[in-house]
Amino acid sequence: MTSLALPFESLTRTGNLNLVPVPPLPEGERKGLTKKEVAADHPTWCPGCGDFSVLALYFKLIEKRKMHHEKITTVAGVMDNNVYGLTKNQTSPTSPLGYKSKTDAWGSGDRPINPMKQAIAAGATFVARTTHTNPNHVLQMMEAAMDHDGFSFIECLSECVEFYPGAFDGANPRKGGQFPEVPKDHDVTDEYAAYKLAEELMPGKFGIFYKVNRPTKNANEAKIVSTNREKFASLPDWQILQKNFDRMK
Amino acid sequence: MSDTSMAAPAQAGGTPLVTHISEAVIRIAGNSQDGIQAIGGFLARLAGRSEQEVMTFMTIPSTISGGPSIFQVRIGTGEVLSAGDEADMLLCFYQHSYEDHIKSIKLGGIVLYDSDHVTPNPEWQENYRHVGVAISGLTVEAIGGTGRDKGKNIYAMGLLAKIYDLDVPKITKLIQERFSGKDTSIVTNALTCFNAGYSHSLENLLKTYQFKASEGKKPTPGSRPQVVMNGNEALTYGLIAAGVRFGAGYPITPWSDIMELLRKELPKYGGSFIQCEDEIASVSMAIGASWGGRVAVTGSSGPGISLKTEAIGWAVMAEIPLVVVDVQRGGPSTGMPTNVEQSDLNIACFGGHGDSPRVVIAPASVEDCFYTAIEAVNIARKFSTPVIILTDQGIASRIEAFEMPDLEKICQDITPDFTPVADHKPYDLSAADGITRHLAPGTRVASGKYPVVTGLEHDELGHPTGSPKLHVQMTAKRRNKLKKLGADLPTPKTIGPNEGQILLVGWGSSLGPITEAVGRGRSVGDAISGLHIKNLNPLPNGLEEIFQGFRHVFVVELNDEGFYGYGQLGQLLRARYCDPKIRGINKSDGLTWKVKEILDRARALADAVQNGKA
Repeated sequence: MTSLALPFESLTRTGNLNLVPVPPLPEGERKGLTKKEVAADHPTWCPGCGDFSVLALYFKLIEKRKMHHEKITTVAGVMDNNVYGLTKNQTSPTSPLGYKSKTDAWGSGDRPINPMKQAIAAGATFVARTTHTNPNHVLQMMEAAMDHDGFSFIECLSECVEFYPGAFDGANPRKGGQFPEVPKDHDVTDEYAAYKLAEELMPGKFGIFYKVNRPTKNANEAKIVSTNREKFASLPDWQILQKNFDRMK
Repeated sequence: MSDTSMAAPAQAGGTPLVTHISEAVIRIAGNSQDGIQAIGGFLARLAGRSEQEVMTFMTIPSTISGGPSIFQVRIGTGEVLSAGDEADMLLCFYQHSYEDHIKSIKLGGIVLYDSDHVTPNPEWQENYRHVGVAISGLTVEAIGGTGRDKGKNIYAMGLLAKIYDLDVPKITKLIQERFSGKDTSIVTNALTCFNAGYSHSLENLLKTYQFKASEGKKPTPGSRPQVVMNGNEALTYGLIAAGVRFGAGYPITPWSDIMELLRKELPKYGGSFIQCEDEIASVSMAIGASWGGRVAVTGSSGPGISLKTEAIGWAVMAEIPLVVVDVQRGGPSTGMPTNVEQSDLNIACFGGHGDSPRVVIAPASVEDCFYTAIEAVNIARKFSTPVIILTDQGIASRIEAFEMPDLEKICQDITPDFTPVADHKPYDLSAADGITRHLAPGTRVASGKYPVVTGLEHDELGHPTGSPKLHVQMTAKRRNKLKKLGADLPTPKTIGPNEGQILLVGWGSSLGPITEAVGRGRSVGDAISGLHIKNLNPLPNGLEEIFQGFRHVFVVELNDEGFYGYGQLGQLLRARYCDPKIRGINKSDGLTWKVKEILDRARALADAVQNGKA
């Protein structure tokens, strides 16, 4: 096959980026972010939504830890309300058996999933449970998760005041519920004990269910990379590739 | 074997005649575990090292082990554009290989068969020259073991080397390289096998062939050597040359080779490839890595691409650079996983929800796979867009020889640039042609205004908005930047004159057969030309002017003719040009085009149109 005319030449560089570079700030002059700086948007949630307190605590954590913008990535999804609230009252995977919603007028026939059991089974090495009505505990769990080396999972109960008010009253002492913490003698490295805690019915327990230190995926990958780099590090990339091409002559 | 010319007279004592040939098409048929791909690979690599052109074609069963398999190799000293319509020789190991493939060779062609397993059919013996060698038995005689052990492929390779007067020192070196690192006895056995085959008396053949010295393509002093590889390898190395250092995927034939090779190679460059739990996780991970500042790759084949389409829509919305490889196979669903089809054009161009413009490029050859990968990465970066590389099983598995790329010049460094900036609007509506660039997170923005990334419609900083006005403006921005790309693309050149009766339009792997069909047609007086479109979405400008020069525009595609008589590219071209002379030549047998097939169909369709029957 003869070579084709290749139009990529003109595209090999991204060209003028229209960005104005500025010099980096010396490390000492950097200040940690304030809550005001980090809150880019005010979410349009319902007044009283449990998620507000979780978000506020997250900002507090960033402030407390003196973190910089360049060092944080925040990926937001949804919290567990036992109902799909944002889309206005549909059955969610954690809705209890018999729960009536717009998608199920007769009441749910599915047993709810147990997020804590699933997280343990999926191999998270830090699995904890908390609830938005206990801010100090949420913060405590977030800090512990942040300090953990590995994938951390926190189930945070967050009430949907609009479509499932009272879903977590059983875990709220102000509403006549209880806030039982994980017993002091619980062995956080015992996976079976963690499952046992996860199986408890409302209010269940709050705190760290499971925490083990294992080489992380990142560490395992880094080991593969460093072993390979030792063999090739002195070579520019094109010469590493050239070795492969030379074998295919 | 074309251009047959008798060069040496018959010599006494049954020494074979030597016939000079310019090309040979050899089909090797056996079972998938016989190592026939290895023979084909040796022949292809040898041709590459001998400055010959080569192209291969293979079929493999989709079962784990066993099942008939073939490897066809076409070697020539001129330009080789396809794997060849009819074979000059059939090398067959079993009765079924003999019976199933006898019709694939030319009348008068040679059947070289393993006489331990094949009983020739007297009827066929009249039309084809039969040469039986007890390949299985003689292999055992040479190296011991049983007939079920490996080795007969290498023995057969020895026979072929003798018949085609191949370069024995070069083959010896290839065999040594292939088995290097293994037990030395394996290399010794392989060489013993090869020599036994090579020394086998072929008196009953009484003829050997010699490739003529290269005519059109003599190696010029200082020219680069040839490399031999398949399309999936070329694509993988292209991605690495382009600077891609992260990928994520899920195994599916025929994409798996690419992820296997990336997984093996990337750590050498400090990169990594992750096999995810599924297709959705892998596209999401690649998007995450791309968002992180360095274009990442994911890929799949048809069914997997369907699973990725939602996430591709997210990348379109968030304007994240991303490369998605689709190695097409026969579909839908599990379909014909080891066969070729060009039926993913629609899903590549339009498979997504909402108005989600993206770039689709289809490489035309193995060499082109290498350069297309680089082009895809650069388009993704420049336009902050997902780019789909639409290759196919035909290119993925076929082996070609091409000029060694100048890697020092080509390899790119696309390490993210973290130079702090004064301000940054990722979706700046005042940017020329709507082209904005994705800024790696971690870059300090002095104004303190950091962007947000979301799948929701957004303002210039990425903050979610439900504003109808912004949705209009942002939809136009995402469209306009790729319209600009389309306007900058070069208009493809016609193969043959730019006017005539028939224009054969093709894409992807059909470039070779179409080019050959044009050559063959023109040599017998057909006013036929070809056009190959590499950039399928957006299309380049200038095609309409080319179409005007022809009476018929036939779009040659390996997909179904659909409800209305034209395939997926045909439909796209009709939608854009509203030209009723655009018609389809389609097939869905899972095999690559034969030159004869294209020519016969084009002539018949032109006749039918002229007679008002189409």
